[in-house]
Amino acid sequence: MKDLLKKLVEAFGPAGNESRIRDVIRKEVEGLVDEVTVDAMGNLIAIRRGQGPRVMIAAHMDEIGVIVTHIDDEGFVRFSNMGGISPFMLIGQRVIFDNGTIGAFGMEKLDDMKDLKLNKMFIDIGAKDGASAKEKVSIGDIGAFHREAHFQGDRVIAKSLDNRAGCAVLVQALKELAGREIPNQVYAVFTVQEELGLRGAKTAAYGINPDVGFAVDVTGTGDTPEAPTMAVKLGEGPTIKVKDRVVLTHPRVRRFMTETAEKNGIPYQLEILEGGGTDTGPIHLTREGVPSGAISVPTRYIHTPSEMADMNDMKNAVKLFVAILEAKLDEAIL
Amino acid sequence: MLLKTLTEAFGVSGQEQEVAAILREQVSPYCDKVETDALGNLIAIKNGNEKGPKVMLSAHMDEIGLMVMYIENSGTLRFKPIGGVDPRVLVSKSVYVGKDRVPGVIGAKPIHLQKREEADKPFDIDGLFIDIGAKDKDEAEKLVKPGDGIIFATKYQDIGTSRAKAKAFDDRVGCAVLARLLMMDKQWNFTLQGVFTAQEEVGGRGAQVASYSLEPDIAIAFEGTTASDVPGSKEHLYSTSLGKGPALTHADASFVADPRIVKRLMEVADKNGIPYQMRELTTGGTDAGRIHLVREGIPAVVVSVPTRYIHSPASIIDKCDFENAIKLMAAFLDSIEERGLPF
Repeated sequence: MKDLLKKLVEAFGPAGNESRIRDVIRKEVEGLVDEVTVDAMGNLIAIRRGQGPRVMIAAHMDEIGVIVTHIDDEGFVRFSNMGGISPFMLIGQRVIFDNGTIGAFGMEKLDDMKDLKLNKMFIDIGAKDGASAKEKVSIGDIGAFHREAHFQGDRVIAKSLDNRAGCAVLVQALKELAGREIPNQVYAVFTVQEELGLRGAKTAAYGINPDVGFAVDVTGTGDTPEAPTMAVKLGEGPTIKVKDRVVLTHPRVRRFMTETAEKNGIPYQLEILEGGGTDTGPIHLTREGVPSGAISVPTRYIHTPSEMADMNDMKNAVKLFVAILEAKLDEAIL
Repeated sequence: MLLKTLTEAFGVSGQEQEVAAILREQVSPYCDKVETDALGNLIAIKNGNEKGPKVMLSAHMDEIGLMVMYIENSGTLRFKPIGGVDPRVLVSKSVYVGKDRVPGVIGAKPIHLQKREEADKPFDIDGLFIDIGAKDKDEAEKLVKPGDGIIFATKYQDIGTSRAKAKAFDDRVGCAVLARLLMMDKQWNFTLQGVFTAQEEVGGRGAQVASYSLEPDIAIAFEGTTASDVPGSKEHLYSTSLGKGPALTHADASFVADPRIVKRLMEVADKNGIPYQMRELTTGGTDAGRIHLVREGIPAVVVSVPTRYIHSPASIIDKCDFENAIKLMAAFLDSIEERGLPF
């Protein structure tokens, strides 16, 4: 699973420009499912047809990034954020654009570092002037962070574990289920623009009209020095979501998930995420409502270029999804 | 003149009927069907080939404004904002209250009576009231009632060589662009759905339900957007500049524009020698934010006329940008007729 994860986290796919990561995932899932489609928003939908209820599982494939808003006469590039970005996190980072252009982040002179804001920062692509900068980037180009993944023991340090970790879990679950009969129809959706407000999942869920919904994403932890209080630790198992800002997990779905984990000896933690939300939010409010839940991979330093997660949590998340999809979901939940 | 009539019309969010009536009268002779939906959107259809795509063009009719909340015993009115109103621009402005346009003034304690600490900071909305000249509550109640919308009493004026001043260019200039396109004596080989939306300023509400019922294949929203090309603003924070042509959006806080449509618009503009500019900020949102997430997703873009001092009693546009927005969109519609949708 390390190779798969490395491929996914290092792929380019900032919110609003997901075509490269979509191609990477498409190659992984083709052959594992009956049909692979892309909808109007750009969501990649891998479909396993058959009998039983329609189950949608969403993993967002976009990552946080930046968008070019202005190029000045000296060749410096002004930008805005695509998704939640702290300006302090940008100092010393590198951004990469679709055409491979790499830039460093710089900032205007500040009297107090607390005054740092994105509109006081710029990207320096090494251009001598505005004209040569415009040959490399254009207004509207969306860039992502440039970082390699590093594996150390059971842990991985990488950009975009949010949410390529979830993508890896979903792809791996499809791989393990390939060729096996299951009593559900699966719509594995690699969604776009989650970081901009859970947008891709909304239209995908409307189109699929699922009977049951799940999301797989990352979640915060409370296991670092002076961390915010949160009963989630790296390496203690994937989390089963109880609530976040946009969803209260359907009680039958939650009970089914915890029972399935216990029955199969899969470690899990319960997740109450105080800030943030995930694709389960729009899914559960689709049409007449969809009973929905979520599994998350505990991750430290989310929305930085150096996020950290434990491979065992991802492997156990795969096991849990495989067990969920092998169950008769219509009897268990509906 | 359309810009004058539209910008002077009364149309606080949720009370767009006067604007809708003007637009209905203007576009009806040129459209196959004109109707009003449950939320007050005015929908004007020009039929095309049944098998052709459905192209939705939209502009919002509503303007930001105020609403009467309470009538004091003294006959003055307490109010709240509707949409994004900057309370600092309100003091001493002339307003019209309600559809009958009862004239009034936004009053506040004069400078002579203010304590030093009061004079140092702007009034907030709770410190302001509207005086319609009523002697007491009974007299005021004969003229106005809680729930009445309130607009700025600004007259349209041509100023400078090509510019115009008015309230509510956001988004009556967009309404005028859309009306002019619908009033072209022309049918295309695709169905054109012109939607004058309600309640954009309070969250893109009209556009959401209209696009749900119309199910277009592509949507273009016309806007009057922020232009901050003024002293005190740094060039990279201008957003747009007056006179440089209509502005195309790549992304704002509410959506990411469909890059294929943006590309087609640029091609069409270049080919026809129509100036355009990119909107260089990602703040703010429009009807496109709601439209693109309707049903299974609708590829959408925004085309804007740069507008200085939006959401204030007096904003300024360059009429060349307005005319070029119409030219660009007419050429874009022709490109769909000739080449189909850009995806």
